[in-house]
Amino acid sequence: MITKSSVQINKEWDIVGARQMGRELAKDLGFGTVDQARIATAISELARNIYLYAEKGKIAYETVEDMNKKGLKIIASDQGPGINDLSKVMEDGFSTSGGLGAGLPGVKRLMDYFDVVSEPGKGTTITTIKWVR
Amino acid sequence: MRIPILKLQNYLLVSIQIDLDDQTAIDFQEDLLSKIHKSGASGVVIDLTSVDIIDSFIAKVLGDVVSMSDLMGAKVVLTGIQPAVAMTLIDLGIHLQNVPTALDLEQGLIKLRQELEE
Repeated sequence: MITKSSVQINKEWDIVGARQMGRELAKDLGFGTVDQARIATAISELARNIYLYAEKGKIAYETVEDMNKKGLKIIASDQGPGINDLSKVMEDGFSTSGGLGAGLPGVKRLMDYFDVVSEPGKGTTITTIKWVR
Repeated sequence: MRIPILKLQNYLLVSIQIDLDDQTAIDFQEDLLSKIHKSGASGVVIDLTSVDIIDSFIAKVLGDVVSMSDLMGAKVVLTGIQPAVAMTLIDLGIHLQNVPTALDLEQGLIKLRQELEE
């Protein structure tokens, strides 16, 4: 069974709404408390990036199945300015916002799968998956 | 939403029991500093037992409030960080190295007393 849902990110409080929704879904899927915290934190970082850089966007949730495992896919998308230098934002400690946000390398470490597609001027889509262990 | 700050002798006690949004975290930072200023408290314990997520922003606000309080002459100890929160913070690359911590409120008060006696 595949379920899909999403939360729009338009204001600062939506960051909290998005991560609470993610945590609920993770709990329902059978993730342990540590992975629930990892997923909620990753969503918080992704939603904050949308809010800070693109002003608005969307966090989408999807349950995924592969062979014998179940997972939660999180897709953060926006039509913001995009990322000019992808290799640079994947470096630990790089930030254009003056230190807010541990950035994408942190999110990558929290999740099992991480992919970013970005086009300057058009927007960014980040896809991540966490598998239930 | 405002986080209550309680005064006990020359200490301030804070227990964060809500899911912190950015604005609440910033308001808390200001409230705590002004309460330190008004009360002349020499030590603060911020208990995080009920907090089940600390992202990079909340971590920065907490780390900053420790440094800011230190500038004002008050020692802050963070207590009760959950295992899942500690693991997540390290994954994120946040180490909060110069932040005094303790297992729980009781240990936090002992730590404060020791630090202030030195």
